[in-house]
Amino acid sequence: MAPLTRRAIVAGIAGGVAAVHVSLVGMVGTFQTRELISGIVTIGTVLPMLIALLVGWYAGRTPKTSSEVSTPSRILLHGAIAGLIVGVSLAVLAFIVDTFSLNWILVNARPQLAALLRFGQDPVVGSLLLVGGFTLLGMAGATLHLLPLTIARAISIGLIVTVIASLMEPFVAAVLRNIGLRFLEELLYTRGGLTLPGFIIVFALVTGLAYAWATRGSRVRARTATWPDDRRRTAKIVVYLATIGLLLLLPQIVGSRLSEVIGTVGLYVLLGLGLNIVVGFAGLLDLGYVAFFAVGAYTTALFTSPASPVFTPELPFWGALPFVIMAAALIGLAVGAPVLRLRGDYLAIVTLGFGEIAREIFKSAWAQPVTGGAQGILSIPEPLPFTRDPQSIYYPILFFCILAAIGATTLATSRVGRAWNAMREDESVAEATGVNTVKYKLLAFGLGAAFGCLAGAFFAGKIGVVFPDSFNILVSINALALIILGGMGNIAGVVLGAFVLVGLPELLREFAEYRLLIYGAVLVAMMLLRPEGLLPSRARRAELHERADDDEEIYAQEAGEETGRPVVSS
Amino acid sequence: MTATAPRATAAPAGDAILRADKVTMRFGGLVANKDVDFVIPRGGIVSLIGPNGAGKTTFFNQLTGMLEPTSGNIRFEGTSLLGLTPHEIVELGIGRTFQNIRLFGAMTVLANVMVGRHSRMKASWWGSLLRLPSVREEEAAVAKRARELLELVGLPRRYEEDWAKNLPYGDQRRLELARALASDPKLLLLDEPTAGMNPGETARMTDLIRRLRDELDLTVLLIEHDMKVVMGISERITVLDHGELLAEGTPEEIRSNPSVIEAYLGKQATQA
Repeated sequence: MAPLTRRAIVAGIAGGVAAVHVSLVGMVGTFQTRELISGIVTIGTVLPMLIALLVGWYAGRTPKTSSEVSTPSRILLHGAIAGLIVGVSLAVLAFIVDTFSLNWILVNARPQLAALLRFGQDPVVGSLLLVGGFTLLGMAGATLHLLPLTIARAISIGLIVTVIASLMEPFVAAVLRNIGLRFLEELLYTRGGLTLPGFIIVFALVTGLAYAWATRGSRVRARTATWPDDRRRTAKIVVYLATIGLLLLLPQIVGSRLSEVIGTVGLYVLLGLGLNIVVGFAGLLDLGYVAFFAVGAYTTALFTSPASPVFTPELPFWGALPFVIMAAALIGLAVGAPVLRLRGDYLAIVTLGFGEIAREIFKSAWAQPVTGGAQGILSIPEPLPFTRDPQSIYYPILFFCILAAIGATTLATSRVGRAWNAMREDESVAEATGVNTVKYKLLAFGLGAAFGCLAGAFFAGKIGVVFPDSFNILVSINALALIILGGMGNIAGVVLGAFVLVGLPELLREFAEYRLLIYGAVLVAMMLLRPEGLLPSRARRAELHERADDDEEIYAQEAGEETGRPVVSS
Repeated sequence: MTATAPRATAAPAGDAILRADKVTMRFGGLVANKDVDFVIPRGGIVSLIGPNGAGKTTFFNQLTGMLEPTSGNIRFEGTSLLGLTPHEIVELGIGRTFQNIRLFGAMTVLANVMVGRHSRMKASWWGSLLRLPSVREEEAAVAKRARELLELVGLPRRYEEDWAKNLPYGDQRRLELARALASDPKLLLLDEPTAGMNPGETARMTDLIRRLRDELDLTVLLIEHDMKVVMGISERITVLDHGELLAEGTPEEIRSNPSVIEAYLGKQATQA
């Protein structure tokens, strides 16, 4: 059998497993409440279809390394095979669910599921419809390879954005209302999803824009590149001012409920920026970053809360911040000093231990007189006078995020940033080149701790209480995952990562059941398809895609011209 | 940051820039260097040769502080190197390159050289954070110096913003050299600088080393396997065998030394 055909079959089987899985865990059933197009099709129904489409696309692709010649008919055939296998898998699932009573072991394996999968038709017609339809979907996925790249890409983007727009209905609708576009909201949305005109408008608009950018974008960029310097500077300033204006108005635009979410995202941006210094810049894999977050929150609580017996008179929230920074320096040294000699995996495991130790200490009976044990510390004063309103607390968080981002960018391109990067690349060579690695490791931990503690302080001020169990290992993992997803070593990546990993799950709370499942799937897919993250720094991209780097060929050519012989690149 | 105070007793003897006395290095039962006495005259080009496993790189690593001798002493301009960390030794004025090129791969060519200048810079972390005027001036000066060094070792200007790992092999060696020179060393240690090069590249590298010595007032110590390079460039040669000093002298003396021929050159002679 030809390798590409085998590849199509494997893709089909993988898609079949995925489709059966999302059916059995109940996603198909739950998502029936969310409509992609009002009254026509629900997200639940579309979910397995999207899998068939994706699998068809994958099966139709000809890898660059393949020596086989792909004719259009073969591409379509491979897409059809993959789609067929997904369809058959679901038809078999529906048959099994119908025939045997399995719901004592698989809660969702009920006749309703079978009916849903067969589009409500009787078993024979429904199964045929299912298998035939999915085969066509697989072919449709493969068809993308037959279209010009710009069109195929525009259609994919249009499809993805439309599904997201539909999922985000409550929030997008609220935003449209808040900025006075009520008529648009009524046109595009009904309760629970997009209207038919809404679907068509959004899909056509996004696809059109994506296509226009793909075909004309380079010309626009070429024209702005020839702008005189002062004009380009003006344009830059306009963009900056617009961004700042948007950031300042954001709480009013999105409303109270979303402001709350954005505040949480902001805290994670701070955490991410701090951890990025330790992991991204200096290359020290710290899995116990939550310890810094906890110390910041508890320090704030101890100094400000009337419920804490330790420090009286109580300080206002801002009065406690200097102590938070001092505590950060101490905890940074306390974590950094013992691990100076450790590298890589060993460092990761020891810091993981530190994170757990911190939580256990705050929780322990021994520390209870100070930290309140498992009950934590209550009545922490609010950062702004008399208000814990999420629309106001957003501003101090935004302020410190911007400050932290500027600080991290500045350091990255300085003597300090270079020393950290050198350490990340090769610690012993950095030392032999004149970098005091002990000092710079401690500095990385100290600054990372400062950012983490600051985030902790605002966490305490934002919710008004601290409990030891808020500081579990998931915080460390989240912070690390968001910088990996966003793009290690890049500040814009940290912000994007925080929105995707912390913001999106908050917005899709109703699907909380599947949150970790989706989270896990996204991370696995990311690492396979785009290991450098969504917005990678140049360093990471170079590291992970060195073979595919076009630059290399240019070097080889240039160097070859010079010396008159091919160049070996190591 | 300044280097620790000199612990030396001996005065800088004559014109020796570096003096090793009875240096012994043991790894458990294995003796890698045994009672090696070694002197590098100031301004000279000295080679350290010997068959594979003779303990050359181990000796090198003790000079740069990556290893601490089990016994014996090493003095650089009268200052004992014992107990100093590698970065303190760089501050004293010893720079090095590595046998298997070890650049900071995912950093730009320019940044690699600028890291080399690290020990001669003064910017503190908070100064860098606030981007004080003095820090900005220093950055600009260091970037300028780094460009000069790149030009000196013959790296084209257009590579400046490219990743070190993407450079062709010969240019990577040049970059490593520029990085070592950035710390203004008085003594430059080169671990097989022409390894893996073709005859043309080798000839250019030897010329470069000689020119650098003259223009920058350097003293050079190299480990080298290519006998043509060694005999052509060295003013003094030291031969190690099984961790011990076998012979020391001018290229002519070494070439005619019977024990060297037997231990080292003899093998090549019979092959040839």
